[in-house]
Amino acid sequence: MEKTVYTLCFMCSVRCPIKVQVKDGQVRWIEGNPQVPGMEGSLCPRGSAGISLLYDRERLQTPLIRDGERGEGRWRKASWNEALDYVAEKLKKIISEYGPQSLVMGERTNLSTHVSKTFLKALGSPNHFTHDALCKGSVNTACRSLFGYTDAQIGIDYKNTRHIVLYGRNIFEAIAVKEVNGLMDAIQAGAKVTYIDPRVSVTATKADRYWMIRPGTDLALNYALIHVILQERLYDAAYVDRWVLGLSELQDFVQPFTPQWAEQETGIPADEIIDFARKISRDKPSVIFHYGYRGAHQQNEIHLRRSILILNALMGSVEAKGGIFFKKGPGALGKKPARKLTDQTLPKVTTVRFDKVGTPDFPLPDPAHGVPQVLTEAILKENPYPIKALIANRFDPLKSIPDTNGMKKALEKLDLIVTIDINMSDIAWYSDVILPESIYLERTDCIQQANGLKPQMFLRRQAVQPRYDTREAAIILKQLAERLDIGQYFPYQTMEELVEWQLEPTGFTLKDFEAKGFVAYGKDPIFWDRQDGIQFKTPSGKIELVSSLLENAGFPSFPPYPKAPEPAENRFRLTVGRVALHTHVSTQNNPLLSELFPENVLWINTAKAKAIGIQNNDRVEVSSSVGSGTIRAFVTDFIHPEAVFMVHGFGHEAKTASRCFNKGLADNVLQENLTDWVGGSPALHDTFVTVKRVQ
Amino acid sequence: MSKYYLLQDKKKCIGCHSCEIVCKSNKSLPVGPKLCQIITVGPKMINGLPKAAYVFMPCFHCENPWCVAACPTGAMQKRAKDGIVFVDHSLCVGCKACITACPWGAPQWNPEIGKVVKCDYCKDRIDDGLKPACVTVCTTHCLSFGLTETLPDIRRQRHAEAVAGLDA
Ligand code: SF4
Ligand code: SF4
Ligand code: SF4
Ligand code: SF4
Repeated sequence: MEKTVYTLCFMCSVRCPIKVQVKDGQVRWIEGNPQVPGMEGSLCPRGSAGISLLYDRERLQTPLIRDGERGEGRWRKASWNEALDYVAEKLKKIISEYGPQSLVMGERTNLSTHVSKTFLKALGSPNHFTHDALCKGSVNTACRSLFGYTDAQIGIDYKNTRHIVLYGRNIFEAIAVKEVNGLMDAIQAGAKVTYIDPRVSVTATKADRYWMIRPGTDLALNYALIHVILQERLYDAAYVDRWVLGLSELQDFVQPFTPQWAEQETGIPADEIIDFARKISRDKPSVIFHYGYRGAHQQNEIHLRRSILILNALMGSVEAKGGIFFKKGPGALGKKPARKLTDQTLPKVTTVRFDKVGTPDFPLPDPAHGVPQVLTEAILKENPYPIKALIANRFDPLKSIPDTNGMKKALEKLDLIVTIDINMSDIAWYSDVILPESIYLERTDCIQQANGLKPQMFLRRQAVQPRYDTREAAIILKQLAERLDIGQYFPYQTMEELVEWQLEPTGFTLKDFEAKGFVAYGKDPIFWDRQDGIQFKTPSGKIELVSSLLENAGFPSFPPYPKAPEPAENRFRLTVGRVALHTHVSTQNNPLLSELFPENVLWINTAKAKAIGIQNNDRVEVSSSVGSGTIRAFVTDFIHPEAVFMVHGFGHEAKTASRCFNKGLADNVLQENLTDWVGGSPALHDTFVTVKRVQ
Repeated sequence: MSKYYLLQDKKKCIGCHSCEIVCKSNKSLPVGPKLCQIITVGPKMINGLPKAAYVFMPCFHCENPWCVAACPTGAMQKRAKDGIVFVDHSLCVGCKACITACPWGAPQWNPEIGKVVKCDYCKDRIDDGLKPACVTVCTTHCLSFGLTETLPDIRRQRHAEAVAGLDA
């Protein structure tokens, strides 16, 4: 029996539409959905490795209950009933003793996040968080401060751009397939790429202009660019007059930030900065200053992200063809989105969050996502209250939150750690109970509301039966909810029933997704009228350079520029990033991906390496104030002397993930747990390390 | 040379190795053999910019294949209808003569079955009217496949555009 299933990849969170061919209950072939522009067969390497995940014997196969000490790796297999009863029992006890807020659930944002949120709310805990803020909390806040929309409500029109500027947005290695192909089309049509990064990534090798900027000084570069653009009146005057508030304050502020000043700070020649400002302004408004995927580098991250967005505003590229645009939902066509479980009337939870987001202590981050890196301290100091139970859903606090050693100490204080995952992640290894999840090819998932220039809905459909004794997270949580007497908020038995429930108000049914894997609400792209129709959601209805969001919370819109410290002798700024062959911390054990990229290495500048006696391939010890570890050195001219770099996601500790166990080094063992207290991101590039050869 | 040609547009290749992964996945290969491989050359500074090439290396399906000549059992053979060079596993004894003979290291050792494996232009897919796995899935569509005489010459086109100097 052969069948074709249109569904969504989940080898990373991008959710590319895919076409899966199944024969006799086995997945034989996966390719990008040929009916979706920008996919047309394409998959990134992780997407191409989907079948090897499906058949990987090292996946989690059955519920497990810990049998030895935490982290010892001794388990007993349990039935689902036994495991769920066990978790429910423990949770009941913890909640009755410490209150519902003592339960925290962290997850990688996914299609059933509304189910997880419902679960916590129904129990009375405010403590749901997603991984989002670790990646881009400050981007989210920056977008709201200027436009009144989150970053998730903004899109990028790659295909029609004339010039794109990437601040370490390593678009050809941290891959989202449609973005790559959209940009490739633009490049074919003559678009220019400017890439700014202390390290030569693959994207740098494809750029028309590359600046090896001094690490930590992108903001200085941007202030100088703004200086030139304002001074030489290179901006889109009509657009700025109509839509931008606070230009004169900006003008006063950037006065001292001349290109000559920026040259000192960034290492980029002043004349190149001026030349670039002039050149890019010729292509306005079809230009993109990319505000980033990851915006989690420094403690003043929000101001870097704001400066990038301000450059777009000055070029008039906000809501422009070939620029950035606001995503339109079904509402724009008078239609309805899919329902979410959180749309039900749920108990109101007024308890302060563990991360204090939404209180005067931490007013601005998005409470829809929370701020995960605060968890360590919240647990250790029992501030604002004791936290006793953690459910980690496809999220690994031990590998994703800075300062692994700190997190390990915090975990010791918990009475219950439950992990829902597909692999033996490090947090699974340290858990009391593991509830194995079915992988994307084995499950139907909640509706993906894909807003954009053309609002659409996508659906992940089950292609094959689960190979092992695994379930979907939305079913696991429902079954747990029933045991905790909150089952009434989960009105479904199967994923199909849940999806049908979601679709009810939309006028579409499950069947409508069969032919292509998606449905579209309308045909034509929707741009708002640039003269009168842009619906900014700020209090003023304009782009607020002087931001009421910031100022009302007591933060200045233009604080003084903090000079980037020069690392002391033999110290380096630790920078981290991605590679095309892996997704964050979750694919290192994949048979095919680990073969091609088994471990990370430490990029270090040739001259610096020589000075401290390090040769290519030497094993080196890297140390920071919070941790240390060893890794092989990659000595190269193609990284700035002040920085070292490593790919994120390595140094796994779970022994039964045998292909990646103990391979490479975890960046977050070294990273200090620092936060941008305005925007919400951690500062992943503000740790300085020493490097020495292992004798 | 086979009737076909597999062309890589290097300007569009981003060295992501998706082609390698899908090739292995499609043929269910274990750790070790790689029927195609992306080799990174560089980066190197060229006119003040860091440049690198990501070179796609499958088998070339030679007109006079060294591997076929070297094979003592007739396992390595050239398909009569289109010149695709492939191994017939029922005849391969694992002597590795073809591996030694090919100047580009295209034939690979599969330790799981003790036989040679090599790129066969995904002939099963071709026979079904499809493109090879790597060409279908390549992230940027920088790989193209077709009859040698009908392939577009992107390089010529690009060179013409570059020398015309219209976008300066
Ligand atoms: S970018 Fe790659 S891994 Fe992510 S969803 Fe798309 S194909 Fe899958
Ligand atoms: S294996 Fe080597 S010799 Fe044989 S056809 Fe391929 S490239 Fe030519
Ligand atoms: S044509 Fe087929 S066998 Fe040859 S490299 Fe491409 S995917 Fe592999
Ligand atoms: S999949 Fe395509 S873009 Fe990626 S390395 Fe292979 S040939 Fe290049």
